[in-house]
Amino acid sequence: MVETARNLEIAEPKQYEAAKSTWDGIANSKEFQDLMATKKTFIVPAFIFFVVYYFALPVLVGYAPQFMSIKVGLVNLAYLFALSQFFVAWIIAGLYVKAANNFDKLAKDILDKAESSKGGK
Amino acid sequence: MNISLTMFLIFIAITLGITYWASRRSAGSAAYFAASRQIKGWQNGIAVAGDYMSAASFLGIAGIIAFQGYDGFLYSVGWLVAYLTVLLVIAEPLRNAGKYTMADVLAYRLKPRPVRGMASLSTLTVSTFYMIAQMVGAGALVKLLLGGYVTFNQSVIGVGILMIVYVVFGGMLATTWVQIIKAILLMAGTFLLSILVMAHFHFSFGQFFAAISQVTYHDAKGAVVVKDFLTPGLRYKPPYGPLDLISLGLALVFGTAGLPHILVRFYTVPDAKTARHSVVWAMVLIGSFYIMTTFLGFGAATIVGPDFIKGHGGTNMSAPLLAQALAGNVFFAFISSIAFATILAVVAGLTISATTSFSHDFWTNVIHNGVERKPGEEVMVARISAFVVGAVAIGIAILLGPTANVAFLVALAFAVAASANLPVIVLSIFWRRFNTAGAVSGLAVGLLASIGLILVSPSLMAIDPPTVTGTARHLIQAKAWFPLENPGILSIPLGFIGAILGTLISSEPTAEEKFNELLVRSNTGLGAEKATAH
Repeated sequence: MVETARNLEIAEPKQYEAAKSTWDGIANSKEFQDLMATKKTFIVPAFIFFVVYYFALPVLVGYAPQFMSIKVGLVNLAYLFALSQFFVAWIIAGLYVKAANNFDKLAKDILDKAESSKGGK
Repeated sequence: MNISLTMFLIFIAITLGITYWASRRSAGSAAYFAASRQIKGWQNGIAVAGDYMSAASFLGIAGIIAFQGYDGFLYSVGWLVAYLTVLLVIAEPLRNAGKYTMADVLAYRLKPRPVRGMASLSTLTVSTFYMIAQMVGAGALVKLLLGGYVTFNQSVIGVGILMIVYVVFGGMLATTWVQIIKAILLMAGTFLLSILVMAHFHFSFGQFFAAISQVTYHDAKGAVVVKDFLTPGLRYKPPYGPLDLISLGLALVFGTAGLPHILVRFYTVPDAKTARHSVVWAMVLIGSFYIMTTFLGFGAATIVGPDFIKGHGGTNMSAPLLAQALAGNVFFAFISSIAFATILAVVAGLTISATTSFSHDFWTNVIHNGVERKPGEEVMVARISAFVVGAVAIGIAILLGPTANVAFLVALAFAVAASANLPVIVLSIFWRRFNTAGAVSGLAVGLLASIGLILVSPSLMAIDPPTVTGTARHLIQAKAWFPLENPGILSIPLGFIGAILGTLISSEPTAEEKFNELLVRSNTGLGAEKATAH
């Protein structure tokens, strides 16, 4: 029962089906390994950076409120740091979009190859 | 006639017109659940923002800043930063490998029936809790905004019926456009309000921040207090405040990417690249909005003042009262109708995500093994369940009444999303060894840990003075066992541990065999669902 369910999407058939060997072949190809490596090089450090940068805010504000209350110009350190979070998030998003254009190029080669070997479907 | 009421009616008329237009384009599952995957990137970005920025953000955060200053602004930060998780980790793989729900991605290599059943339960829990919180808030708010023209019950019923109509007749397409219009109104209103606040201070940040540094009000004992509202710590006080704040941050950063009503939005666009661009659009809008809460919240604190707000409807009325103080009754009515639009757009989004999961995951795939017995059954079941979900939400909101303590329901929704949904989505995409037992136990542990910890938190456990009555009283009259209002710091690790342990104590070779397929599909978009013609 369960096994049949997996293959039964009668209302809308899958747009690309392939044998396990095909998927394994693509997964082990150099192009795909390159794509994954390229993604990792950007995403892992970007993710770690934003998590550390973001949680520094509640940690500093919560455990060093005196320090964060130091006046800087019109405002204080706490407000400036909070405000900076918005711009840092936007910058990371912008850098990601730039990097992702490169992922798309690598993925497109894999897609073209896979679809042409399927007879253009 | 009351100006607010007129504006509400105009908004209702426009959205019903859209629903009528959309109803003629909502035949078939892909059209009904995913707007035929033809929504453009910028449109979806605006709709994500409209789906996400609830009345709790617009009125709630402005209110918290107006009363507790800087700590309220801290809230704002987390709501934007959370989208980096959506952008970097979730949106594209989900769009590439799924059809209508997050469970589609899980079901790829795991046993579909158990994982869809659990995922559907978790989705319905998140959506229903979130919806009840919105409905109770909506009832109280609409009553206040319309200045006594309608009762609490009438407001709840009105909001409920509208959300049912949008979803039942207009499906995802109508919901999307309601969210787009709401987001544009919200941004416009917030921008205008911000400009007016700065105009009040003669466009001088010096004067603005000088006023913030000496907000004057009366404390609970009636003594006059002058406080610098830019100082942290007015809300999150030791010993547990800072930890609660971190826990909230965790729930936001990991929960947003597990919110079903946000995730379903990524199926409405043609491909993963468009999904990515829509997240960026959403981040621009959401970020700009939350930066402007500075003007709304601190503006209300300095121009209107906490004392006046307390006497005229309480924290949630901060932004509308600020509008009234700055530009009179017409602007008050405009801001009020934006709040109303905000509530409607969010509840419609929640309803469609709940009904999609019930009909696609539970009805079609769990009960009927993935087969639609007759064409259009899936959509028919969704329409009926939208009706049921709406009726249940109306009923519960009326039973709870306007004074019910429901703020914790939003914290609960985020906690479940972060502790149950996110771990299994991430592990399913990234961990080859992951299997069905892991997914089911991860979802179950995350769900139970979130609910259990909230149940024994200060949100539901406290000793009330006898003056507090009815549903405003805490459920359990005893000292809270768990000191934090946000369970994320404990429930998220528990969710991950549940998923990992469940995986390790069982073995499922087919799940590992199909990992390469999911890996290739989610990372390249090979075989991803394409846009369909109307």
